[in-house]
Amino acid sequence: MGTHELKALVITAPGINCDGELAHAFEAAGARAERVLLSALARDPSRIARADLIGLPGGFSFGDDIAAGRIMGALMRREVYPALRDAAARGVPMICPCNGFQIAVQAGLLPGPAGAARSNGAVGVKGTAGSTVPMGAAWPDEAAPASVALLQNQRARFVDRWTRVEIPSGTVCVWTHGLDCEAPDDMLPSAHGEGRFFTDAATMARLEAGGQIALRYSRDENFNGSMGAVAGICDPSGVIFGLMPHPERWTRWTQHPTWTRLSADQRQREPLGLRMFRQAVQWARTRELAPAARVPAAARG
Amino acid sequence: MAMMAEAETARASVTRIEVRAADGVGDPRGAALRARIAAAGLGVPTRVAHVAVYLIRGLDDAAVADRVARELLADPVTQRASVTAAEAPGTGAGARGGAGAAHRDGGTTARATCAVEVHPRPGVMDPAAESVRAAIAALTGADVEVRTGDRYEFDGMDAVAARAAVESLVANTVIHAVHDGAYHPADFVRGTPYQLRIREVKLMGLRDAELEKLSREAHLFLSLDEMRAVQAEYARLGREPREIELETIAQTWSEHCVHKTLKATVRYRPSGPDALVAATAEMRPGHEPQADGSVIIRNLLKSTVAAATHELIGRSPMLPGPGVDTQAKPIDWCLSVFSDNSGVIAFDESDAVCIKVETHNHPSAIEPYGGAATGIGGCIRDVIGTGRGAKPIAATDVFCVAHPVGTRVPRGCLPPSRVLPHVVAGVRDYGNRMGIPTLSGSVWFDDRYIGNPLVYCGCIGMMPRTHVKGQVLDGDVIVAVGGRTGRDGIHGATFSSAELTDTHADEFSHAVQIGNAITEKTLLDAILVMRDEAGGCLYRGLTDCGAGGFSSAVGEMGSEIGAEVHLERAPTKYDGLSPTEVWISEAQERMVLAVPPAALARVRAICADHGVECCELGTFGTPSREIILRWHGTEVGRLDCSFLHGGIPMPTRDAAWEPLWAREHSGLAGAVAEGGEIPRVGAAESIADALRALLSHPNIASKAWIIRQYDHEVQGTSVVKPLVGPGAGGPGDASVIAPKAGSVRGVGIACGLATGLAADPYVMGLAAIDECVRNLVCTGVDPSRIAILDNFCWPSCGDPRNLASLVRAAEACYDGAKAYRTPFVSGKDSLNNQFVAEGGRVIRIPPTLLITGMGIVSDVTRCVTMDAKGASSGDATVLVIVGETGMHLGGSHWSLVAGIDRDASLPMPRVDLERGPAVAAAVAKAIRSGFVRSAHDPSEGGLLVAAAEMAFAGGCGLRIDLRKVPLTRVARAAAELAHGGSGHAGASGGAGGATGVHTRAVAFAEDPSRYLLEVRERDLPGLRDALGDVPHATIGRFDDTGELVIDGGSAPERIGIDALRAAWESSWQA
Repeated sequence: MGTHELKALVITAPGINCDGELAHAFEAAGARAERVLLSALARDPSRIARADLIGLPGGFSFGDDIAAGRIMGALMRREVYPALRDAAARGVPMICPCNGFQIAVQAGLLPGPAGAARSNGAVGVKGTAGSTVPMGAAWPDEAAPASVALLQNQRARFVDRWTRVEIPSGTVCVWTHGLDCEAPDDMLPSAHGEGRFFTDAATMARLEAGGQIALRYSRDENFNGSMGAVAGICDPSGVIFGLMPHPERWTRWTQHPTWTRLSADQRQREPLGLRMFRQAVQWARTRELAPAARVPAAARG
Repeated sequence: MAMMAEAETARASVTRIEVRAADGVGDPRGAALRARIAAAGLGVPTRVAHVAVYLIRGLDDAAVADRVARELLADPVTQRASVTAAEAPGTGAGARGGAGAAHRDGGTTARATCAVEVHPRPGVMDPAAESVRAAIAALTGADVEVRTGDRYEFDGMDAVAARAAVESLVANTVIHAVHDGAYHPADFVRGTPYQLRIREVKLMGLRDAELEKLSREAHLFLSLDEMRAVQAEYARLGREPREIELETIAQTWSEHCVHKTLKATVRYRPSGPDALVAATAEMRPGHEPQADGSVIIRNLLKSTVAAATHELIGRSPMLPGPGVDTQAKPIDWCLSVFSDNSGVIAFDESDAVCIKVETHNHPSAIEPYGGAATGIGGCIRDVIGTGRGAKPIAATDVFCVAHPVGTRVPRGCLPPSRVLPHVVAGVRDYGNRMGIPTLSGSVWFDDRYIGNPLVYCGCIGMMPRTHVKGQVLDGDVIVAVGGRTGRDGIHGATFSSAELTDTHADEFSHAVQIGNAITEKTLLDAILVMRDEAGGCLYRGLTDCGAGGFSSAVGEMGSEIGAEVHLERAPTKYDGLSPTEVWISEAQERMVLAVPPAALARVRAICADHGVECCELGTFGTPSREIILRWHGTEVGRLDCSFLHGGIPMPTRDAAWEPLWAREHSGLAGAVAEGGEIPRVGAAESIADALRALLSHPNIASKAWIIRQYDHEVQGTSVVKPLVGPGAGGPGDASVIAPKAGSVRGVGIACGLATGLAADPYVMGLAAIDECVRNLVCTGVDPSRIAILDNFCWPSCGDPRNLASLVRAAEACYDGAKAYRTPFVSGKDSLNNQFVAEGGRVIRIPPTLLITGMGIVSDVTRCVTMDAKGASSGDATVLVIVGETGMHLGGSHWSLVAGIDRDASLPMPRVDLERGPAVAAAVAKAIRSGFVRSAHDPSEGGLLVAAAEMAFAGGCGLRIDLRKVPLTRVARAAAELAHGGSGHAGASGGAGGATGVHTRAVAFAEDPSRYLLEVRERDLPGLRDALGDVPHATIGRFDDTGELVIDGGSAPERIGIDALRAAWESSWQA
């Protein structure tokens, strides 16, 4: 129906190094990706307003000195938080893998505003699991202080490995909601030194109740010691998705660690990483076509 | 802004901020140190806490300091910060404490028994400090200086023991200062502004002994001949050399830069009748047989390694030789060989890939973390600095180290249990931060590496074919980009060419460098933007500042046209650098571009966008091809390019081959390890026991603890990963990436290292090439598209016996490359790897030749991995061995675990140059035809080790019959002689004795040119057609029993694959 090409904005900065594969993942899912330096974005935040999707890639922003994502988070808080907050309120899907997750947490973008969603009468949509997704939750004017953290892995060392993952059935995350990851080869790669999810009990309870836990490591695969085996979370509206694994690194089946063992049938199935991007692109397209009547991303299959 | 600020901030004071984990959050770094202290037997502290320390000068506003602590340095959820103002360091009175801050200092804290702090010494690169400085400037506008440090607090351990533990496990006093309790200086140590003094060095009239003394004391490391040549040149000019000129000559003429040994004329004397060099001299280019039986070899490198390439690519006629096809069409896919910072081959019609492998041995011996990090950093810059710029797409690392346990450590050496984890961490932190997947490597253990650990770092890059060559023109501006210049690594080039002694660490601490990967990453980002500029590449050429710094970068780029350089323009890290120091500094992360004046503005803008510093250092092109050096306009040095690059005397060097001495000093030496590190097995024990011992030998055992610390997935290109199979539980042969989005074309990367055969480096060299090719072929690389690299690490080649062994390795490179049609495209050497311990005992490394290979995969979806796939959908699979087994146990790992490695009667395996390439081609054809479910090359440990690895990596059982293994004609005859039986291996009956030895020889010999393939039973006829007349046999059958059953000994032996995997995973790890 002649829709225009969706634009995915991939934000880079000194030390960001997964921007290439993130851009490719957006393109494989049908969007057009554009990479932009944070310094350029700070000069012209309106580029965020024109984006249909946003990616905050992994890497070692500013060397991950002090702590992972700390400096980049502090800069984003100052320079682009309002524009990103507005994008989230508009329902623009944003993915933040690995360092992106660490940055989003430090920049006050995740886990996002607490509690205010329903009281301010925001539009809610019905998720397939029956949860109500609060849209346009009230983001504070100033970035909130971090309320969750990604700490050093429990063995205090960088680890590269693929793990099985689970998607909580009640999640409101537009990236993962309803995706099937039951097959044994539905895995995701992780590569980080600081990925141990941590928060206080009250915040954890709120995230659980609000469907904001978007991804967990499967049982026995919680290699970094994350609280509740949490691998990824989203904001209350489900559009901003932060996760330690790298779905952008599994968009072709030859990237899978045991692809030489997969049958022809198994190779027919789209990789889990690509399915996440497709679902978000689909969401963005739907949002654009009918901004007033947002529908949840349909679970495929 | 210079980091060392000027007068107006001179009265600023230093604020100290501590950041510690909040209660209940956990402190993995403290816990890890506690565990390491206990494991090292240095004590059993009840608690160790890690605290980050920031010393910030110029943060005098208390409110701003608190904000920096709260908002930038500490996490509100998980950390607590405390701020100590400058006014009252050490008293605690100035603490403006953040929430929960409990610390009062002066050696103790309220909670801990004692505390030890580690801070970088003044002038040592502190990358985190630079990031923090920039962040504070961005967030608060404050112009500050920052130093970072680490504090460790101990409970249940006294201060002396705690300090000893930190010094032995954490700090390296070459770069770190260790403090008891809180370190809170009143001010930072700083440089003083430099006053120009032009120092001349008196050479006129000096006698030989005085020249030698000067060379030694000024750390020039020039030989007497070279000093005489310099003396003569300046006598001709009628003046004395200035210091900066002498330093430039020393750098340019260093072994590291000019490879004067490999390029020298060598007189090779064989020992008695010589079947190799002397007998075949007529068929070798540049070799001149002499009447006395010796051979003169003109330019060793050019006459061996490079000659093979030149013949293969049709630049010189193909001479006949073993396995050489003189009629073959010249190779047309080599795009740039031996002339640039890396070797370049075609990837497809539009793109090229390039590769370089470097060593960084001497710096890594003294500071393993920084040495390894700057090693990989420098190699990456070589790739970036190839042609008009390549994008790094993969990295490799190979380490040769002493056994971490049970090795006696001579004074002046770091313990190997520390060297290995630290070099791994160095490669990890640099490669991961650069976003380059480190995906291929290996570790070889031998105690003779105790004083000279070898650290090989490789990098592969990709570039459009239009950018393969750059050309610098007269009038191009010399633009320096990237990091600032400091005193880092002054004399690195000359130091790396020298022999290490037990006092070197002290004398040469300034040669140690610490890298800053983020500076290099931003530099790379900016360069790629300049290269891919819509209107065309913004520069005409570029190179990296490696050994020798600006002197070698500008010197090389301007070698044809000269250059004028204004040294005061280089941004420096601190005041006080002399022009000589600026010129020769080896500060990291710097590159030089040749920019046409019209493009300057755009280059500056791109650098600014990326936060990359750049400066216009001068101009290429001078009227009489000179390098002219100025400081604020004053000429401080002037060098004639023709003397600098052509004036080095090349005396004939002596090489004398002494096979018995070589066997004694270079052969296997497992017995050197004094501890219980190497598994042992008696000759009478079962084959299964021997197999288990071999799988746990450190050379063979899993390197997962290293591999998993590297991000080998970044860039999303990996197709065959370093660990393969379910649970990543098997050692892959080669790694494959698909570097180009939307293309199924790939690049395979592997290496070959056959140090077990170092008793004859000719044999070793061929074996390394063969192993490298096999590794690549096993994953699906096209053997007709493999380029290789040589990296020689040798003990001192001033000793004619060592030089002779180098000659033999070089001849192997020539013969091997021609037979396999694998051209060398680049290489590097490090020829002084021996350590003089106290009392004058010389510890020589075994001659070590690393062959690295890069090959093209035409379709990555057809790649094969080594994990057995087993029966699926009812199709049984069998194990096929391709190639013949010669039962040569010399140099094998079995001889090590059996304790008979010094037995000179064990024959060494030798590559058959007719057979090896034919087998490789046949296996590649079988894989291409789709008949191969998995493939693995039997190398370290032999065929039974490789078969076991396939089984446990795939979670399959396997029944294997060693009697079915095809033997070479000679081995068959020997087997028949031993027990008058059939022509097959092992044969019948009788425990032990000749049969037992033969069975072990079949199982564990490391004969080359063999492949193990897993094939569906129904595909066997097809496989047979693909392999043609190449010998092969079905020797086993995969099943789901979970057991390996070995037939061929006196009775079948059984061992569970879980036990095999456990053995493989049991080796030492940090």
